[in-house]
Order: sequence, then C-alpha cells, then structure tokens
Amino acid sequence: MQVPILKQGSYLIASVQAALTDADLLDLRDRLAVQVGVYRSRGVVVDVTVLDVMDSFATRMLRSIAQILRLRGAETVIVGMQPDVAFAMVQLGLRLEGVSTALDLEEGLELLRRREKGGSNHGR
Amino acid sequence: MAADVRVPIESDADIVTARQQGRALAATVGFGNSELTLIATAISEVARNIVEHAGRGEVILSPTEANNSQGIVVVARDQGPGIPNIEQALRDGYSTRGSLGLGLPGARRLMDEFEIASKVGKGTTVTMKKWIHRNLTEFPLRPRR
Ligand SMILES: Nc1ncnc2c1ncn2[C@@H]1O[C@H](COP(=O)(O)OP(=O)(O)OP(=O)(O)O)[C@@H](O)[C@H]1O
Ligand SMILES: [Mg+2]
Repeated sequence: MQVPILKQGSYLIASVQAALTDADLLDLRDRLAVQVGVYRSRGVVVDVTVLDVMDSFATRMLRSIAQILRLRGAETVIVGMQPDVAFAMVQLGLRLEGVSTALDLEEGLELLRRREKGGSNHGR
Repeated sequence: MAADVRVPIESDADIVTARQQGRALAATVGFGNSELTLIATAISEVARNIVEHAGRGEVILSPTEANNSQGIVVVARDQGPGIPNIEQALRDGYSTRGSLGLGLPGARRLMDEFEIASKVGKGTTVTMKKWIHRNLTEFPLRPRR
C-alpha cells in the first residue's frame, strides 16, 4: 500500500498506514526524493508507528531515504518505532546509524524546528 | 493444535504474507507480543533470502510441542543455487550481494533453534524454532521447608 505523503509547512510527513512490501519502501524513497524538491521541504518525518516488523531491508531503506534526502537538503526523522520492534532490530544487529529518531510525530516536528532554528542542521 | 500453514514465496508481497501468517499462528500457540515480533522478523529475513537468492520457494509454519513446551517451527525452503559455505553465510556481515549480511545470523539470534541444510545446485532449507518461555508454568513457586 502506497504511503501517503502530506505537506505541513516546510515539512513533509510520510505516515505509514499498513505493512510495507519492499516495493512500497522503494516507492516511498523515490517519491520523497522528488517531493522534497517540489515543495522545497527542509525536513521529512517518517511515521512508522503501525509497523510491527522492521527487518534488514526496511532498515536499509530508511537509512537510504535519510541519506538521499540529506543530499536534497532535507533532514529526516523517523518517529513511532514500537518498543518490540526496536528490541527485535537490536537482536538482529540492525542500526539506524546517521538517522534521527523521535518518539512520536509531535516530537519529530519539534526536532526539525529546533534544528532549523539552530542554523547548523545536524551535529554529526 | 492449529494446522500447518504453507506460504509460497515468489515476490516481496509474499514476504509480508509469510510474516503475517507466522505472527498469527504464533499468537494462537500462545506467544507474547514481543516474541511475536521476533518471530515475524526472523521469518521476514529467511523469506527474503528465498526471493533474493533463490527466486522462489516456500515457508511452512507449524505449531510444535516438546517436553511440555509449546513452540513454532518455521521451515523456509527453496530449490535455488544453494549455499557453498554455510559457516561463512552465518557470519555477521557476509553477503554475496553487497548487502548487510545480517539476515541469517540475525534470524538465528532471534530464534531458539536454527539449522541450515543446503546443497549447491539443489537448494536450501532453513529450519528455525522458538519455544514459549519454558518452565514458567511448569515449576510453580512452592513454599520450601
Ligand atoms: N536461500 C538461499 N539460497 C542461496 N543462498 C543463500 C540463501 N540464503 C542466504 N544465502 C547466501 O548467504 C548469504 C548470507 O545471507 P544473509 O541473509 O545473512 O545476508 P544477505 O541476504 O546477503 O544480506 P541481508 O539479509 O543482510 O540483506 C547471502 O549473501 C547468500 O549468498
Ligand atoms: Mg538476507
């Protein structure tokens, strides 16, 4: 199922609604890469609250989304990772290196705002 | 006991089906939520290996029981190219695809038992099991004297 991408001010919100196939993830990546340009977005929040599995492919895709969007001038924040999912990811050996995370949508947007105000976009 | 479930694996959508069916079956067996996530994640990895490395195959899910413990067996099998060196394939970071190489070693960490049988040119069968926390109900706390 295609992930809807909503525009909110200078940010985009991609809110995952159901389990994602690999093709859905690739599609999300490609559409975000285009839409940050179309809407001149400075930040993107990807909400994964409903995801009950984050396997190696999904993790790799989120990392590549964050890297691609950074090259397009936008920051990415992943929000809503469930505790069980985080636990399984750690056991599997997966890391979301270089990708910002926040507890929920509100926190994610707040993080983006703070970064933009702070001028320098990220401390990594 | 619930019946076995067979999921044919040919495309990325089947990976999602396999892990959802696995989660559903494991739930009827009695696993708790965080274990359901571990099981579903492990199924996702072995099913994806079928799609990526073998093209097609199947995942068979069955409830099991041993020594008064309930569990689930996941068999992922294909008739693809096989794995020449299983020990190497089970190493963290080993991938013939330039990927993370975490699928097999990771799935092994997520489950309680893990076995690979593979023959080059014939195919691969991964068998994994997970048991519901043993002993919790078998040894009720009794006052000692
Ligand atoms: N079903 C299979 N048939 C043939 N070869 C396989 C199969 N499963 C795994 N392999 C081989 O074992 C290697 C390690 O598998 P593993 O799942 O750990 O890593 P990967 O699939 O390469 O990467 P990742 O799963 O992290 O994206 C693979 O690169 C592949 O060479
Ligand atoms: Mg793999």
